[in-house]
Amino acid sequence: MAVTVEQLAEEMYEMIKEAMGKKSFKATDLAKAMIAKYGEAEVSKDDCKHAIRVLIDTGRCVYSYFGGSYITLPHKEGAAPD
Amino acid sequence: MADEGVKTTLLDELEKGPWPSFVKEIKKASETSPVCDDLLGQLELSYEEKKGHWKHGGIVGVMGYGGGVIGRYSDVPEKFPNVAHFHTLRVNHPAGWFYTSDALRTLCNIWERHGSGLTNMHGSTGDIIFLGTKTDELEPTFADLTKAGFDLGGSGSVMRTPSCCVGQARCEWACYDTMKLCYELTQTYQDELHRPAFPYKYKFKCAGCPNDCVASIARSDCSIIGTWKDDIQQDDAAVAEYAALGLDIQKDVCDNCPTKCMAWDGKKLTIDNHECVRCMHCINVMPKALRPGKERGATILIGAKAPIIQGALLSSVLIPFVPADELLETLKELTGRIWEFWSEYGKNRERVGELIQRVGMANFLDAIGLEPTPEMVAAPRDNPYIFFQKEDGKPKDGDGQ
Repeated sequence: MAVTVEQLAEEMYEMIKEAMGKKSFKATDLAKAMIAKYGEAEVSKDDCKHAIRVLIDTGRCVYSYFGGSYITLPHKEGAAPD
Repeated sequence: MADEGVKTTLLDELEKGPWPSFVKEIKKASETSPVCDDLLGQLELSYEEKKGHWKHGGIVGVMGYGGGVIGRYSDVPEKFPNVAHFHTLRVNHPAGWFYTSDALRTLCNIWERHGSGLTNMHGSTGDIIFLGTKTDELEPTFADLTKAGFDLGGSGSVMRTPSCCVGQARCEWACYDTMKLCYELTQTYQDELHRPAFPYKYKFKCAGCPNDCVASIARSDCSIIGTWKDDIQQDDAAVAEYAALGLDIQKDVCDNCPTKCMAWDGKKLTIDNHECVRCMHCINVMPKALRPGKERGATILIGAKAPIIQGALLSSVLIPFVPADELLETLKELTGRIWEFWSEYGKNRERVGELIQRVGMANFLDAIGLEPTPEMVAAPRDNPYIFFQKEDGKPKDGDGQ
């Protein structure tokens, strides 16, 4: 594979970071973006799945639920009391 | 009243009557759990003001998991500090809901240590529901649960915790081992259960026979309903015994058969098995005389859902009959193709049944590589665009083809 899982994870992280507060991404949005960028020959859905796993398991990103499940940066919830 | 400090005038009304009362149960629990006093207080306030006081929490959970925890916060934490956080945990239930008393005690002890002690056995998907804990207690609860052999269930855009009827463990009508299939689906799709990657939720429910005790045809995206291919097993002596004991076989069995495939001449019951649609009515009425056939397996159906975003859907037949021993492999292969298509083309919060409605069943079947079969047709078409000639069964020229 020309693009490593770690590279994909980094790119996904940047996507999420840049869009934070403006747009939320689902796992499929991130995978589609990476495949669109590198092409199916370079990046598979499984690679993207592993990259998301890296982001979640290292705690750099978390899952969130607002109507559907999204991947976001860890933050204090607005609903949580001080 | 829960205690001297909490007045529950309106809630007390819910204790009246012969039925079980959640208010009564919460009051009992409040004797040992201060959380329950505040819960009753907030609930009473909601009834007084006719307004809910829960806020939804979107990101609480345990490390690595995207499901299993549903965040809840009070919007009046200054009045009810003990329920400022009141998160719910979904715990993956054992197939068929079989527990040892020791396992139940373990679950209750864990929850009394880390949460309100209030449980719901079971939620509508089938999970064990732990009601009410603080964010700081989520990881310790999860650690204790995993140590005791339990895992969290599904929530959010995941494959939800698979569920099943009691199946062959206790039911003679089960046409396949529902508990085994439910367990194997749970183990096979651990990633899909815990790491949200779908447009919306996806549910499996395994019913052992067409009685469908888990309501899979109405509540699950993929229903696996036990059925049989050969003839209903019939014990004529037992049929006669039912008649001798006063059962009106003509009225209560034959007349209620949806396809009228049964005849009773006063002595002998005759079944035209080719016309039987496996509704189970006759078997339910005369369980000692009639039983499902011996060639058993299941029908796989797709697309049911309860009304949330759009209206309710019942599932449609996808594979009419799969032998019992081929079920898991068939499901794995089929599910992979369904998820691939749904993940690619499903809109956010669109269930697979809604996707099928949007793109059409023909396109869906084409995408997942299944040939249409007559069993997929729920009812014959009733519009006049196609006319068939009696002689050869072919459409007439120019009939709008």
